[in-house]
Amino acid sequence: MNHAIKTATLVLGALVCAAQASAQTIKVGSVLTLSGPNATLGENMDRAIKLYMKLNQDKLPPGVKVEVITRDDGGPNPDKAKQLSQELIVRDKVQFLAGMTWTPNAMSSAPLSTEAKVPMVIMNAGTSVITTMSPYIVRTSFTLWQSSLPMGTWAAKKFKTAYIAVSDFGPGHDAQAAFTKGFTDGGGKIVGEVRIPLANPDFIPFMQRAKDASPDAIFGFVPAGKQATAIMKAYGELGLDKAGVKFIGPGDITTDEELPNMGDVSLGVLTVFHYSAAANRPANKSFIAAWKKEYGENSTPSFMSVGAWDGMDAIYYAIREQKGKIDPDKTMELLRQYKSSTSPRGPISIDPETRDIVQNEYLREVRKVGGKLENVELETVQTAVKDPWKIINNKK
Amino acid sequence: MQSVLASVVSVAFHGAALGMILYVISVGLSVTMGLMGFANLAHGVFAMAGGYVLTTAISRFGAPFPLALVVAFVLVGAASIVLERLLYSRLYTASDLEQVLFTIGLIFIAVAVARFIYGTLQQPVVLPDYLKGQFSLLGRDFPTYRVFIIAFSAVMVGLLWFGVERTRWGAMVRAAVDNRAMAQSVGIDTKRLFSLTFALGSGLAGLGGGLGAEIIAIQPTYPFENLVYFLVVVAVGGLGSLRGPFVAALLIGVADTACKYWAPQFGAFPIYVATIAILLWRPAGLFGRHA
Repeated sequence: MNHAIKTATLVLGALVCAAQASAQTIKVGSVLTLSGPNATLGENMDRAIKLYMKLNQDKLPPGVKVEVITRDDGGPNPDKAKQLSQELIVRDKVQFLAGMTWTPNAMSSAPLSTEAKVPMVIMNAGTSVITTMSPYIVRTSFTLWQSSLPMGTWAAKKFKTAYIAVSDFGPGHDAQAAFTKGFTDGGGKIVGEVRIPLANPDFIPFMQRAKDASPDAIFGFVPAGKQATAIMKAYGELGLDKAGVKFIGPGDITTDEELPNMGDVSLGVLTVFHYSAAANRPANKSFIAAWKKEYGENSTPSFMSVGAWDGMDAIYYAIREQKGKIDPDKTMELLRQYKSSTSPRGPISIDPETRDIVQNEYLREVRKVGGKLENVELETVQTAVKDPWKIINNKK
Repeated sequence: MQSVLASVVSVAFHGAALGMILYVISVGLSVTMGLMGFANLAHGVFAMAGGYVLTTAISRFGAPFPLALVVAFVLVGAASIVLERLLYSRLYTASDLEQVLFTIGLIFIAVAVARFIYGTLQQPVVLPDYLKGQFSLLGRDFPTYRVFIIAFSAVMVGLLWFGVERTRWGAMVRAAVDNRAMAQSVGIDTKRLFSLTFALGSGLAGLGGGLGAEIIAIQPTYPFENLVYFLVVVAVGGLGSLRGPFVAALLIGVADTACKYWAPQFGAFPIYVATIAILLWRPAGLFGRHA
C-alpha cells in the first residue's frame, strides 16, 4: 500500500515536471509611466494589459503562457526608458517590448529593438516619426497627424480663423503642423501660434495671448491628463467660451477620465479622435462592461487603455500564429498583417508598408449625458485613416 | 497703443494672481522655515493635505467652499501639532542636513499614503458659483477666482505682519527663535509657543493648498512638484521676513507671466534666471535679516 502511494507520487511528480518542461513562457517587457505626476497614464495602460491577459487566456496555443514584466519610467524620461528597455532585453530576455507612454521614451529605446531584434509594440506614443526609427517597431495607438489633419480640414469649413496652442515637444509639433495643413488647405487662416513648455503650471498667459488675437477657434494640444485639465480651466477662467471662441483639438484634450475634473467648461469642446469611452459600438460596450467589473463602476478606460488592449491582441495574434515559437522576423511579418474587427474603437489594421496603425477618426463633442460629461461621437470624419505624415513625406 | 496698454494690464493682473497663488501656498513655509528656522521641505505635504481635506469636504460632505477652507486650516494645523510633538520637536536643534533628510523622508511617506488613499488622478475642485466666471472692471474681464486670491493674500499678509511685528505672541516668537535659552529663562514657555507657531504655519499651508487647488492640482506628487516654488519664494524673499516672500512671489509671478506672454519661446526658464540673479545680488534674499 505504502509502496503504491510512493510510486503514484513519483509518477505524478514526473508528469508535473514534464508538463512544466513543455509549457512555454513568452516574456513581454512593458515600459510605462507608473509613478510621478503622470502615473494615471501608465496605470490606465497597465490595467488594460492585465485585463486583456485575464480574459483571453484561451487565445493562446495550449501550453504557452505569457508573462508581462512591467517597468516604470516615471514620465517623459528617455535615458531611464532606454536603460529599462536594455535591462529587459539583456537580463530578462524578453521577446517583445511593449508599452511606451511617451514619444521621447519610445525614440530612445528604438535602436535597442533594432540591435537586439526584439519587436516593439508602441501602445501610446503618438509622434509620426517613431515607427521609422526601427524596422522592429509596430504601433497600435495613433498618430497626432491622424487626428489633427482631419480636424483641420473639418474646421476650415466651420471657422475662418484659428489660433494654435501646443505643447513644445514632438507630438505637439506634429499636431501643429497637421492642423495647419488641413486648415490652411481648406482656406482657413492661422492668426497666431504658441508653443507651451512641457513643464508648466499656469496656462493663463498663453490663453490670454490667444484671446487677444480674437480667433474663431483655438486649436490646442497638451498631453492628456492634468495638463489638459489645466488648459481647459484657463480657457474657462478667461471667459473664452462666453466670448464665442471654440476650443478644438485632438482627443487628448478631453480624455474620458479627466472630464469630471474639467467640469462644465468642457461642454461643447469639439475633438477629432479614434476612441471615446462613450461610443456605442458593441465591442466597446462589452469592453467597458468588463473594465468596470474589474476596476469598479467609477473607473473609465482611456484611449491609452485601448492602445494597450489592442497591442496585447496583436502580440497574442503573433504568438498564436507561430504556435508559441517566436522568431522576430516572422513576428514582424505577422504583425504587418494584423487586423481586428473587435477593437473597442472600431475596425483597425496595421499598414503593412509602414507598420503603423490604420483606423477610423470620429468627430466628438463634449456633452452631458445622464448628468455625466461624455465625448459623444457625432460622425465618422474619415474611415481607415493611414498616418498622413508618412504619405506626405513618403516615409516608411 | 490701446492694445499695448490692455496687454500690460492683463500681464500685471495675471502675474499678480500667479504670484499670489505662489504666496498662498508658500506663506506657511515662511513661518516654519522663515521664522522658526526649520528646514521644512515637507511643507508641501501639509499643503497637499489641505487640498485633500478641502476636496473631500466639498465632494463627500457637501460643505460650502468657505467652510471647507476653514476645515482645511483647522484639521491640518491640529494634525501638525501631533507631528511636531512626536517628530519635529526632536530636530529643532539638529543640523540643517538632518532636518532636510527627515523632511524628505516625510514627503516620500506622504506621497505613498496619498496615492494609497486617493489614487493617482487629481482631485476635482468644485468652486462655488460666485467664484466662477469673470469680474468686469474698466471694460476688461478678470477671472473672479483670481481676483479673490489676490484680495485674500493681501489680507493674509497684513494679518501675519501685524501678528508677528505688533503683538506679544509675535515678540515671543522672535525672541525664542533668536535665543531660545534666554527666552525660556525669562519665563516664555517655548515648547508650547513652538508647537502653536508650527501649527499656524502648517495650517496656513493647508489653507493655501486648498485655496490654490483649482490651479495647482491636488495629486500625490504635489509636495515634490511644487517644492521648488515654495523654496524659491522663501529664499528670494529672505529668511526671517514676512514681507519678503510676499514681494518675492509678486515679482516672480509678474516676471514669469510677462515672459510667457511676450516671449513664450523662452519657455519656463526666466523664473529661474530671475531667482539666480536676485540671489547673486542679495544672497540673504530681498529682505533677509542675516547676511
